[in-house]
Formats: sequence, C-alpha cells, structure tokens
Amino acid sequence: MSEIDKSSDPPKTSPKITIHEKWCKKCGICVAFCPKKVFDTDDFGLPLVNRPEQCIRCMLCVIRCPDFAVDVERAKEDPEKKVPPP
Amino acid sequence: MEPLSEVKDFLRIEKFPHIWCAGCGHGIILQSFLRAVIDAGIDKNDMVVVSGIGCSSRAVGYVDFDTLHTAHGRALPFATGIKMAKPELNVAILAGDGDIAAIGGNHFIHAARRNIDLTVVIFNNFNYGMTGGQSSPLTCLNAIAPTTPYGNIERPFDICSLAIAAGATYVARSTTYHALQLPELIANGIRHHGFSVIEVLTGCPTYYGKFNSLRSPSKMLEWQRDHSVNLKQYQMLSEDAKEGKFAIGLIHSAERPEYTDEYSKIIQKVQVVSQKEPR
Ligand SMILES: Cc1ncc(C[n+]2csc(CCOP(=O)(O)OP(=O)(O)O)c2C)c(N)n1
Ligand code: SF4
Ligand code: SF4
Ligand code: SF4
Repeated sequence: MSEIDKSSDPPKTSPKITIHEKWCKKCGICVAFCPKKVFDTDDFGLPLVNRPEQCIRCMLCVIRCPDFAVDVERAKEDPEKKVPPP
Repeated sequence: MEPLSEVKDFLRIEKFPHIWCAGCGHGIILQSFLRAVIDAGIDKNDMVVVSGIGCSSRAVGYVDFDTLHTAHGRALPFATGIKMAKPELNVAILAGDGDIAAIGGNHFIHAARRNIDLTVVIFNNFNYGMTGGQSSPLTCLNAIAPTTPYGNIERPFDICSLAIAAGATYVARSTTYHALQLPELIANGIRHHGFSVIEVLTGCPTYYGKFNSLRSPSKMLEWQRDHSVNLKQYQMLSEDAKEGKFAIGLIHSAERPEYTDEYSKIIQKVQVVSQKEPR
C-alpha cells in the first residue's frame, strides 16, 4: 500500500460500548450472539466490554438486549475531514 | 440503526428496570416497536398504545405515549373505541398470544373482518407467562406446559393465516432473534391503512423455556433461528418439511376499504338525508 493510500485510511477507533449495570439482568444474550466476541462476563454474568476494538457496530447487542441496557455509540463524523492534506 | 439513546426518549425511564424476567423476549419486541414508531415518523402525541393483561401487556407501562392497560383479552374493543372517536390517531395494540388468541380471539377476528386501521403486535411466547406458563392456543404441538404435562395434543392456530382468513390487510411475522428486521416490519404495519398484524415469536425462559429444555435465554433465540424460514423458501418446502416451521417476513398485504373511512361516509350520507327530510 502506498503512503498516500494510508493517509486517506480512517484511523481505526473503538466505539464506546456501555452496559447500564443497574438495568442489566445478566441474561447473556449480548455475550452469546456478538459476532466479534467483544464481551466476556464476570463471575456473576455481567458482560464485560473486553475487546471493543473488534466491534463492527452491527448493533445486534443493542437491539437484542431485552433490558435496554447496552449502547454502542454511533460512528464518528467522516474522519477523512480531520486528516491533514499531504 | 440508531443508538439506544434515541429510543430512550420514548421510555418512561423512571419505571426502569422493568419487571420482566432476565432474558424475557418482551423487552426486545418493545425496543423494536419504539424503533418502528421512530422509523414511521409518528409524533409521540399522535400515538395511543393499548394492551390487555399479561406479562406482555405490561409493556404499555414503560412507553411515553398515551397508553391504556385494560382487561384481559379486551385491548381490541378499547382500541376500536379510540380509533372510532379519533380516527386521526395511530392506535397500536401490544398483546400476548393468550390475550389475543384465547380470551380475545373473537375480538381479533372481527377487528380483522372490519379492516379497522389498528396495528397489533403479538408477543407470541407460546404460553401464559403471567399466570405460570399454561398452554395457549399458540402452544406448539407436543410442547410441555403445566396444563399439558405429557405434551400438547392440540394443534395450534397459525395466527397469521387466521388473520388473513378473517380479513386483515397487512400480516407479517418475525422473531426476537431477527430483531434487526423487526422494526421495519412493524413500521410498515403502522403505515398501512387497515388492520395490521405482526406476530413476533419470543422467549419466556422462565416457563416455556424451563419446561421445554430451552432454559437459557440464548437457547430460546437459537430455537427461533432454527424454526423460522423466509417466506419464499418456506413456500418451496414440502408439506412435511413445513411442519413445525414458521414463515417469516411480510406474509400478506392487500388494499380494502377501511372501517372508520366507511363509517364517516355513512355519517355524511345520513346527514344529507336527514337535512332533506326534517322530522
Ligand atoms: C378475565 C380474566 N381471565 C383470566 C385472567 C388471568 N390471566 C392473567 S394474564 C393471563 C394470560 C397471559 O398470557 P399472555 O396473554 O400470552 O401473555 P404473557 O403473560 O405470556 O406475556 C391470564 C389467563 C385475567 N386476568 N382476567
Ligand atoms: S443482553 Fe442486556 S440484560 Fe442481557 S446480559 Fe447483555 S446487557 Fe445484560
Ligand atoms: S455492535 Fe455488534 S460487534 Fe459490536 S459489540 Fe455489539 S454485537 Fe458485538
Ligand atoms: S414469566 Fe415469561 S413472559 Fe413473563 S416476564 Fe417472565 S419470562 Fe417474560
């Protein structure tokens, strides 16, 4: 890959993934079906966001959480704008 | 897909965490319903949500619309009254399979026959969750419930086919496993001018799951994945292969005169006649 190509590649940022602990009932759905294995669980079944860099923002964990307890932040504004011209 | 923060504007946040059991699919359907309302571009104040009694019916307590939590099986008569009085409102019904297909079954077929512009979302968890998991008219053949301890010998209704036969003009089915597709199916039901039915297969891990070896919530979702087939593929299956499988997607849509439209035409007609012939 040439240097120019690299500079136009958006930097890989991990999305912010939050678990609302007061609402989560530790059902395990988000953990079981995340295609990128972003979550582990603690000893009591609470999801731990251990690999956010692998997240592809598919939103499956958000939309399948029965307790409205997971959120994944929206993709940032077009990152190309922030890359300084070569 | 929008993040959850947008959906939260439609929740009564102070009521959370909700009462449903860990892994109960009702919360998944509720989120999809709210995404559908957002997708259909409905103003909060133009939507009324009505329910009967059951775990699923508790959904109306958590949403920030005008809501009615009525009597078991009677959501449709209340909703019909609201729609007749104020046809400009969007009226949605959130109902359990027991609520809509057992005690409320008669209301269901007649609302469909009239093609009144209501949107019914059926939370089909295949049992009466609230009262301990008894079998419902949608419980699968051979399934175990406290009322069918040796297996269910009653053939369940296909509630979508029933709705079509009775006259519903928008009929769709999905599952909580397929939650990514669900908001669009519900949104199109809300947009549709006529009686719309969206059946959603969902999990009651506490009872149905416990009695039928699907104890964990994710097992219930896997069951839905393994027992549902896209309508086109379903139609190509042999009759034997169709047994126990559920067609998902848009199942039926048609245009037919809508009840409140016809009713307002009658009112106009009668007004013209009574002006001509004063008593
Ligand atoms: C007239 C009347 N009959 C019976 C009941 C008892 N009852 C309460 S909820 C319910 C069934 C709930 O099942 P369903 O509608 O499938 O909802 P779910 O709890 O599974 O979500 C029954 C029979 C009642 N409340 N009122
Ligand atoms: S799906 Fe929701 S309730 Fe279930 S473990 Fe994940 S965050 Fe908790
Ligand atoms: S958005 Fe998709 S990839 Fe990211 S954590 Fe959720 S399920 Fe996993
Ligand atoms: S009993 Fe079943 S339907 Fe009722 S809240 Fe629990 S899991 Fe859900």
